[in-house]
Amino acid sequence: MAQQATVNVLIIVGKDDVPIYEADLSTEGIREDSPHLDQFVVHAALDLVDEMVWSTSSMFLRVVDKFNDFHVSAYCTAGHVRMMLLHKHRNEEAIRAFFAELHDLFIKAMLSPFQTPSAPIESPTFDAKVRAAGQRHFRA
Amino acid sequence: MSRPVDKYGKLGDAAFSRMEKVNADLFLLTYGSLVTQLLKDMEDAEAVNAQLDKMGYNIGLRLIDEFLAKSGVTACQDFRETAEVVAKVGLRMFLGVGAEVVMWNKEMTACSLVLAENPLAEYVELPANLVNKLWYSNLLCGVIRGCLEQLQLRVECRFEKDALQGDDQTMIRLELKEVLHEEYDDDD
Repeated sequence: MAQQATVNVLIIVGKDDVPIYEADLSTEGIREDSPHLDQFVVHAALDLVDEMVWSTSSMFLRVVDKFNDFHVSAYCTAGHVRMMLLHKHRNEEAIRAFFAELHDLFIKAMLSPFQTPSAPIESPTFDAKVRAAGQRHFRA
Repeated sequence: MSRPVDKYGKLGDAAFSRMEKVNADLFLLTYGSLVTQLLKDMEDAEAVNAQLDKMGYNIGLRLIDEFLAKSGVTACQDFRETAEVVAKVGLRMFLGVGAEVVMWNKEMTACSLVLAENPLAEYVELPANLVNKLWYSNLLCGVIRGCLEQLQLRVECRFEKDALQGDDQTMIRLELKEVLHEEYDDDD
């Protein structure tokens, strides 16, 4: 018997709407979503983030959009880099902690002289660390 | 001179505390921009290594004066002592970290300097296409070479291992090629 997967899809979008990083942090199991749908839902939420940003002083914007039972949480850094997470569960504290850690990792990756601010992050270390963080925070 | 290591370690700490400090992040990000700009201009890692070495050499030629004026070291008896001074006092004074001198050859003319940490390379991650090509901190080699050349020691200095390349430590190989003698020409 395969289990239901816990869906967690992460994308990071740069200031000029350039995709910087994408990762599927979901657990193994049965899924009703498809990569196309995930991307569609997350990207649709981007416009809402641009409005939400001005309504709060916190970087964590909580759930910005819903589509059926999918939720999109967002985190916007001071440099207007948007981190979006698609999920179904409603564990806000875990998401908040995950974003805080992700922000930290993101800054470290950006400090590397070989990384340009609006180019995709290709560093395997960053990728591994994000996946580890995802597993730690979203373990079912 | 029963415990030379201790002596130079202290001297290095004292010299470091007297130096003017600069913010480490500013320093390493500036160096990072320098290296990436060189890469953009030259496009060839080999040429960038050479250029970094040359820049370091020119820094070294001048830096030695400041070193001798501020560090308070006395003349070295042999190359072994020189290497200790470079590792414990020189690097500590200007880079903030000391190095260990290891792996002497039989003739005592070549050794390796092991850097426990490299402040230049913090946060840096080499992209895959530059691994085993670019020696990111090659400037240091040039500095050491330039300094020692002003002291009539012609040395060869190169990176042997770099933690950035996935090696377990950062290691600079230092080889004494010849002791230059000043030649005085007759004026007639």
